[in-house]
Amino acid sequence: MKKGLISILSSVISILIGLLFGLILLLIVNPAQAFPKFGEMLTAGFSSAPKLAKVLYQAAPLIMTGLAVAFAFKTGLFNIVASGQYTVGAFTALACAIIFQMPWWVCLIASMIAGAVWGFFPGLFKSLFNVNEVITSIMFNWIGMMAVNLLCMNLKNAAGLNVMLPTAWVSSPIKDRTAALSYANPNAMIPKMGLDKLFNSNFMNISIFIAIVVAVIMWVILNRTTFGYELKACGFNKNASIYAGINAKRNIVLSMVIAGALAGLGGGIYYLAGTAEYTIQKLLLPMGFNGISVALLATSNPIGTIFSALFISYIQVGGESLQPVFAKEMIDIIIAVIIYLSAFALLTKTILSKYIRLDKSNVNAEPASAAPVKPDVKPTLKESEGEKA
Amino acid sequence: MSEYVIEMLNITKEFPGIKANDNITLQLKHGEVHALLGENGAGKSTLMSVLFGLYQPEAGVIKKDGKEVKINNPNDANALHIGMVHQHFKLVEIFTVLDNIILGAEPNKMGFLKKAEARKKVLELSEKYGLQVDPDAKIEDISVGMQQRVEILKMLYRDNEILIFDEPTAVLTPQEIDELMEIMRNFTKEGKSILFITHKLNEIMAVADRCTVLRKGKYMGTVDIKNTTKEELSRMMVGRDVKFEVDKEPQKLGDVVLDVQHVTVPSKLHSNNAVKDVSFQVRAGEIVCLAGIEGNGQTQFVYALTGLDKMSHGKITMLGHDITRAKIRERSKLGMSHIPEDRHKHGLVLDFTLEQNLVLQRYWQPEFQKYGFIKNAEVRKYAERLIRENDIRSGQGPITTVRSMSGGNQQKAIVAREIDKNPELLVAVQPTRGLDVGAIEGVHKQLVAQRDAGKAVLLVSLELEEVMSVPDRILVMYEGEIVGEFDPKKTTVQELGLYMAGAKNMYRDVEKKGGAEA
Repeated sequence: MKKGLISILSSVISILIGLLFGLILLLIVNPAQAFPKFGEMLTAGFSSAPKLAKVLYQAAPLIMTGLAVAFAFKTGLFNIVASGQYTVGAFTALACAIIFQMPWWVCLIASMIAGAVWGFFPGLFKSLFNVNEVITSIMFNWIGMMAVNLLCMNLKNAAGLNVMLPTAWVSSPIKDRTAALSYANPNAMIPKMGLDKLFNSNFMNISIFIAIVVAVIMWVILNRTTFGYELKACGFNKNASIYAGINAKRNIVLSMVIAGALAGLGGGIYYLAGTAEYTIQKLLLPMGFNGISVALLATSNPIGTIFSALFISYIQVGGESLQPVFAKEMIDIIIAVIIYLSAFALLTKTILSKYIRLDKSNVNAEPASAAPVKPDVKPTLKESEGEKA
Repeated sequence: MSEYVIEMLNITKEFPGIKANDNITLQLKHGEVHALLGENGAGKSTLMSVLFGLYQPEAGVIKKDGKEVKINNPNDANALHIGMVHQHFKLVEIFTVLDNIILGAEPNKMGFLKKAEARKKVLELSEKYGLQVDPDAKIEDISVGMQQRVEILKMLYRDNEILIFDEPTAVLTPQEIDELMEIMRNFTKEGKSILFITHKLNEIMAVADRCTVLRKGKYMGTVDIKNTTKEELSRMMVGRDVKFEVDKEPQKLGDVVLDVQHVTVPSKLHSNNAVKDVSFQVRAGEIVCLAGIEGNGQTQFVYALTGLDKMSHGKITMLGHDITRAKIRERSKLGMSHIPEDRHKHGLVLDFTLEQNLVLQRYWQPEFQKYGFIKNAEVRKYAERLIRENDIRSGQGPITTVRSMSGGNQQKAIVAREIDKNPELLVAVQPTRGLDVGAIEGVHKQLVAQRDAGKAVLLVSLELEEVMSVPDRILVMYEGEIVGEFDPKKTTVQELGLYMAGAKNMYRDVEKKGGAEA
């Protein structure tokens, strides 16, 4: 309980520091507009149903990549290949949808398998040859992205048509992005179950619920099962886990495979929403790297991942409202600063637990003293929301 | 000038759920060796952390030369010329001896290191106190005894006058212990004052002038060593009489439990074998002790026996099953328990809670899991029983993070876990390392109880007292070979010493050793 409180508190404090820095940046660039626009940014996500839908729509894949990083962290691995896993997952889902005309759930399973394969190799090299997973992961990020680009451009059917591209389906000059699911295979779109009507937004579907359910399952696996116990034992102390008869090599591979499946699923749910097409990339997709921030902000707790992904998605949607007063690059910098400082959650946690330990000698006193701080924080956010309204 | 160089008066320090120091007074005279004695978790480490400014006490004052001082961090302590050799050395493994000694106090001119000056000073100190070191050797390449000398030189290099040794002998061979005692005496002749934290009574009797005793965070008194006995000290420390002999029932030998045949294990460090053609048997109802000086192949042999490492030749049979290539879990299921030599490396997951560690060998058993889900209530109940039965002390009981527990209580948790598995064969490697007399007595009793219950015990020990008192049979290992077998009732420490040092070999002529191998 005490530990949990410190974790939440440290994440919240980190977010506040990040927001403060964002505000300072805004003040430097355009003092007159800074406060109103900052308020707008903080409230945009809740300002209308479609905006909220967008927050949820972006949060779902972020939760998945965040989980992919957090899960591997728990096993002592740094899954920096989440971006590559996400990309191959996205491509596999789209390929199943467009080429093989599969229903959405088959496509999602395929995206998980593809992501898992992309986790398997770094895991295998790590466990068999002790190759640092960060190195193989970075390589696999690029291999994944380039391979996906290559396949997108060159998958031709018997008639010599590239079915992945819109040209095969409609008359379109676009050659650098995949065909839209709306005409290629509407069955592959993730069901909306009336949520789109409710939120009055095409972005809304059940993917956020899929992501939340998966996060809860991950929490249960890590905290309630023997498998999770083994994974964590390997992560904390590999030698001790070997001593206890745990197959550490197998667990390292499994952990990366599961992490890969999570990130792959993230790619699947984002691109099967039917609102975005995969575009030929020159850079690694940021979704995977934002997953690292999400995991750090959540201090690797799967449930925390849900909230930190929602927060980062919220800030991203809010950032859009800064246009056109602030340049797009400026917005990206501010979001980056906020996310960057939010990722200091672990540092804040260390400082916080030290402070609390030094200051309080009585066990019973701690929850009582820590508890009031939490409500303190929430009104601050709400107040600024109120400003705008 | 005050009679005392350092005084800690009425120190009280509390932690969540525990009063680690309750009104403790410690006064260190100029030029004395002052022992600080107490069981595991008695509050010795906390008291030292207060002295070093790592913790701020709730009550009490610290005085240096009669003047009250405030110590907020280790730098303050260093400025007061207080230095410490920690039980677990704080050295940078890949740095050289010299670099480690000057680390944090590097002599420099405008940011450029002046190593020649430092080297001169280090060599002078090393000469003066007989602390032989090679300044250019890397820490990872030198022996533990040598590393300790580096730590001592670190204190001397900083002109420390108050030297604190935290359980310095736990990692040393008997010869190195004697050397250290001599070095300590030299220091006091120079007027330096020494605080010697230990729970080995023999060492206190040998080197200390006075001794302060703590028990469960409370101050039990300070005594002159001249006017006291080992028995009295242990009574003050534990609160009851402690038996130094081990009671054993008459032996009832059973069937062979462990049969080791021609086991050879290659070395990781050099091209020679670390374990050479070792064969022996352990039968039900006996304790066999593998004795020897550290680094003679015991560790590698145990690794091969328990499955942590592979052997190149030989065969190991347990209860009729060939386990030469068995997985660790299979050995465990057959009834092998293993109290590992290095509790931090193998024995514990330090960031797990105590209860999680107590089921480390059993979490997969039906008792603790169903369909892969851990039964938390069962784990808690089990942990509470072990904690109660074995007097494992911690701040928050089953949910304490093991990293925050004292070393002795960590060891108690491992011993409890391994013995409660009710093993057919217990492999206990230095099971009493870092334990106080009360706890040692407890562990020895448990080992003997296993034997009396008709189980087999293989004890690996470096402590001669333990080697002489606990086992039914002693096997001496030297350079990877078994060089002699003894009955502890019919041998002497001196005789064992000759075999342990390689001066004698029961199975072949030592003088012709070179020829025999060629």
